[in-house]
Amino acid sequence: MPTQTEIYEKVSATLVEALNVDEEDIKPDSTLQGDLGAESIDFLDIVFRLEREFGIKIPRGELFPESIFQGDPDFVQNGRVTEKGLAELRAKMPFADLDQFAADPQVSHISDLFTVEMIARYIQGKLAESGKN
Amino acid sequence: MRWIWIDRFLSFESGKCARAVKNLSMAEDHLADHFPGYPVMPATLMLEGLAQTGGILVGEANDFREKVVLAKIPKARFAREARAGEQLTYEVEILTLREEGASIAGRIRVGEELLGEAEIFFAHLDQARSRQVFGEQNFVFSGEFKHLLALARKAASRDQGEQPAPATPTA
Repeated sequence: MPTQTEIYEKVSATLVEALNVDEEDIKPDSTLQGDLGAESIDFLDIVFRLEREFGIKIPRGELFPESIFQGDPDFVQNGRVTEKGLAELRAKMPFADLDQFAADPQVSHISDLFTVEMIARYIQGKLAESGKN
Repeated sequence: MRWIWIDRFLSFESGKCARAVKNLSMAEDHLADHFPGYPVMPATLMLEGLAQTGGILVGEANDFREKVVLAKIPKARFAREARAGEQLTYEVEILTLREEGASIAGRIRVGEELLGEAEIFFAHLDQARSRQVFGEQNFVFSGEFKHLLALARKAASRDQGEQPAPATPTA
């Protein structure tokens, strides 16, 4: 039964391998793209490694949704995510911390939701779900 | 220039692992330039051979329906250089295989000696998008690869004990 700290440490070690970054550069609120330099293919690499590391299945698009809004005007207007869009985000990514984003929901800032902490929370949820926690 | 960096499969277990050999000859052009007076095989070409071995293993797992492209080499390390006259063995095993892509672990040996190892990550080009751009033809597994694919399939059927593979493939 891994503790929160153990999960975070394993996630951090996974990111060191996948992104070739130093462990000291990884903070809970580091964003994968902005701070750690992840590119699109790295997201898939991270998913593969997390599956192996934690012995879980991560369905396609669950941890890193590929296209959340698909240009739907109900979800995005004038470059900002609407209330309906925020609800959609909350439903699809319950493990993401949306409070800060919701204060200034510019669609261009969505990538900032993908943080080290977010992955750790997702893993915690998955482990709890599969009864391993 | 022919872009085939493996000569023959030694074994092939569908969806799991494969071994292929590369005989390194002084007649190969790259040894003239890498380096003059000190001919050693560029590590990048060893990685290419490993990636071709692994790429065919990954492609075969889905009956070559996917366009398998090398997307990333998260790590690679080499213990020494490879010289003309040596026979390299590329050993690969699939770590993960999913609809979006696959990752493999690979080792390069001369005899029992470990020359290098690498992890290689392949992506399946998104089917819907790549069809719009490239059409129906699978450009990854075409042309020069066809002969190797036939060899891989023969090695696979031999490993499964279906029928003995002939010494010289006819496909």
